[in-house]
Amino acid sequence: MPGSDSAVMERKPWVAEATKDARLEIKDLNVYFGEGADRFQAVKNVSVKVQQGGSFGIVGESGSGKSTVLRAVCGLVESWDGEIDIDGAPVSHKRDKAFARKIQMVFQDPYASLHPRHTVDRVLSEPLKLHGFDDVDGRVLRALDDVGLGADFRFRYPHQLSGGQRQRVAVARALMLEPEILLLDEPTSALDVSVQAEILNLFADLRKEHNLTYVMVTHDLAVVAHMCDEIAVMQHGEVVEVMDVEAMRSSTPETAYTQELLKASMGYDAEFFGDS
Amino acid sequence: MTTAPVKSNVPDRAGLKAWLSSDAPTSRGHARAVQFYMGWMKLYENKLAFLGFLIILSLVLMAIFAPLLATTEPNAQDLAKRLTAPGVDGHLLGTDELGRDIWSRLVYGSRITLLIVGIVAFTAPVFGLLIGTVAGYLGGWVDQALMRLVDIFLAFPKLILALAFVAALGAGIESAIIAISLTAWPPYARIARAETLTIRNADYISAVRLQGAGVMHIIVGHVWPLCLSSIIVRVTLDMAGIILTAAGLGFLGLGAQPPEPEWGAMISAGRKFILDHWWVAAMPGMAIFIVSLGFNLLGDGLRDILDPKKSQS
Amino acid sequence: MSDTLLSVEDLWVRFPTRSGTVDAVRGISFSVGRERVGIVGESGSGKSMTGRSILRLIRSPGQMEAKSIMFNGENLLDYSERQMRKIRGHQISMVMQDPKFSLNPVHTVGKQICEALRLHTKASRREARQGALEMLEAVQIRNPERVFDSYPHELSGGMGQRVMIAMMLITDPKLLIADEPTSALDVTVQMKVLAIMDKLVQERGMGLIFISHDLNLVSSFCDRIIIMYAGRIVETCKASELHNATHPYTRGLLNALPRIEEPKGRLEALQRQDSWKQEASVDARV
Repeated sequence: MPGSDSAVMERKPWVAEATKDARLEIKDLNVYFGEGADRFQAVKNVSVKVQQGGSFGIVGESGSGKSTVLRAVCGLVESWDGEIDIDGAPVSHKRDKAFARKIQMVFQDPYASLHPRHTVDRVLSEPLKLHGFDDVDGRVLRALDDVGLGADFRFRYPHQLSGGQRQRVAVARALMLEPEILLLDEPTSALDVSVQAEILNLFADLRKEHNLTYVMVTHDLAVVAHMCDEIAVMQHGEVVEVMDVEAMRSSTPETAYTQELLKASMGYDAEFFGDS
Repeated sequence: MTTAPVKSNVPDRAGLKAWLSSDAPTSRGHARAVQFYMGWMKLYENKLAFLGFLIILSLVLMAIFAPLLATTEPNAQDLAKRLTAPGVDGHLLGTDELGRDIWSRLVYGSRITLLIVGIVAFTAPVFGLLIGTVAGYLGGWVDQALMRLVDIFLAFPKLILALAFVAALGAGIESAIIAISLTAWPPYARIARAETLTIRNADYISAVRLQGAGVMHIIVGHVWPLCLSSIIVRVTLDMAGIILTAAGLGFLGLGAQPPEPEWGAMISAGRKFILDHWWVAAMPGMAIFIVSLGFNLLGDGLRDILDPKKSQS
Repeated sequence: MSDTLLSVEDLWVRFPTRSGTVDAVRGISFSVGRERVGIVGESGSGKSMTGRSILRLIRSPGQMEAKSIMFNGENLLDYSERQMRKIRGHQISMVMQDPKFSLNPVHTVGKQICEALRLHTKASRREARQGALEMLEAVQIRNPERVFDSYPHELSGGMGQRVMIAMMLITDPKLLIADEPTSALDVTVQMKVLAIMDKLVQERGMGLIFISHDLNLVSSFCDRIIIMYAGRIVETCKASELHNATHPYTRGLLNALPRIEEPKGRLEALQRQDSWKQEASVDARV
């Protein structure tokens, strides 16, 4: 595809352009862990922009800081500076209750993200009660229906569910407060391939139905290519490249690192990797 | 709480077992019943733990039906029959130095034992749980301050500290209970804190934080249920120690006061005749031994039953 | 591929549970020559159990049963536990998923590699050290002396897995069983580690059993593929022929994979059929 090259060129530099329809915008985000001599900068000067209704992917290997960006956005990490704007308004370090109705997150490991002693019913009704929603029963049943589980699952405990079913519950939980932005932190990497397909399809359906904006973090380029329109590649805490999905499909990324990543996710190639 | 939309109809006895072991509960109550039934089956299958459970159950029944089980009034003296050997004259376990029937005193004494055990079991662990989880969850200076307090309490030998409290509060069963509770909570705080540290960064805690839940909501609703099982196990294992501490205080004359039939005080009274009339001290000793053993067996079994790692596999 | 290294016939692995016996592996037969054989399956397919049972490493209460496990012309089932210990690590080695759990944290890497060598050969201390350093170099560790003296926790995941491979190959085994050896690693590191393993296995004319959940990876890395579902082998084929696979399960797995080069609007969800559990296992011996 000859045209995609220029598309990439146009996108650069990925410093924010002043557009109105950005749902989430991150400007010069730095995240630090530890104090004093142990202080470690996990994220360096990250700036990305996610369009309303868009699906933005962040790929990178472990330690690249990709998950940390998500955690700073949703408020689980407080030691950051820079700017995070939602619908044009900057968010503070301490988040209030109303913030919870804007952004929710789906975690990586469905075995660790559900409370082992709470039934599905409790997991789903808790956010509703916290925020004083009415019609709790109806909403719980509709949410179960939405994620393809049905009322049968309502009073089960997590240990009575399979990995895929647990992840569906986690997705339902994230949707209970009707957020506009969903942060997905490696949501399928702990699942089998066939289950991953079901969950990815579910994400696609929900995005259409609820008009959601996704930010997805993953190490799997195939998943990101399937799910996202725009992709940022991170390495050592920095964004090394932002490209759109066409550039990725046509294997025309700019940096050597991205090319290596792409090659690696296509499968083993003795000639390419053998003589390193 | 809202009610379940699907009415769970409890079926006849044949279907009851299936209903209780259902994989897809139909209401909150049903889900809880299934959990409870599964725990019960595990307890039932663990023979030693079940024996412990039976011992504790008989202790409770003994305390409830004490007037029916006792052959005489616990404090009724009959000096003519003092120090009667077990089995003689209808005194199942003999009589003590004032001619009181030891069996009857043991039966009534179970009420005192249960009272001590019950109150301590509901105060010390709850207090320790609260301190430990708050310290563990909040961390920072709160953690430092609370845990140093725990260290101070832990640095004193338990019985000595209890003695000091009793000395300050005056002898009596209530003082003994308060003293034991005050000395028993620090280990629970330690356990609860350690447990909290392992779960405070779990994804399910992050998830509920993202929903805007407050600190106390998270601690009580999400951290406590997970600390509870190790605390319960520790409580049952500690029960034996608590009974012994109470008996020790009674033995030293600082717990229950005469003529109350407290087991430790009974041993204390019997030690004067231990060579010639062994049963006066031995019978309450046996009672303490059996009940302590019961709690220990149950506690060991509960460790297996409540361990979430085991129940999930 | 005429010289068969390992031939397994009718292997079963059973686990007694509260609600009856669970069969983790149900009567599978397969063989391995001097080639790379991939065993692919989802969680619960019995692929790891298969790998472990070759070395008779099924933990109690699990039980294994087989008509025969022929290795080098001898039936491993007739071996005593003592004889098996000589086979493990010497004739057949195993690399596990996470090096952190396979290396002893309180000993240096070098000491553990030397021990592995000295356990099975009569190498002197000096020879063992020399051998270990050469092996570390062979797995492309740039500074073998330094790694030799370091402790497992000081190594990165990729480095740890290279050390594991070095340790497993130093005794010159005939067969290497690699159970998800690179799943815990980043993709780029993963490929480097695979390349090292590939090269060593080829050079020494070893057999390799590569157990993985990643169909894409296995098809590009191995010569032959065995696909397992619910304890059975549902299909076996040459890796290069995978796209012609016929079993609906294999097809379903292939279609469920998102692919970078060919976008799909929706991924095909796998429709599991009960009959797959009942079908007889495919004989994967050659």
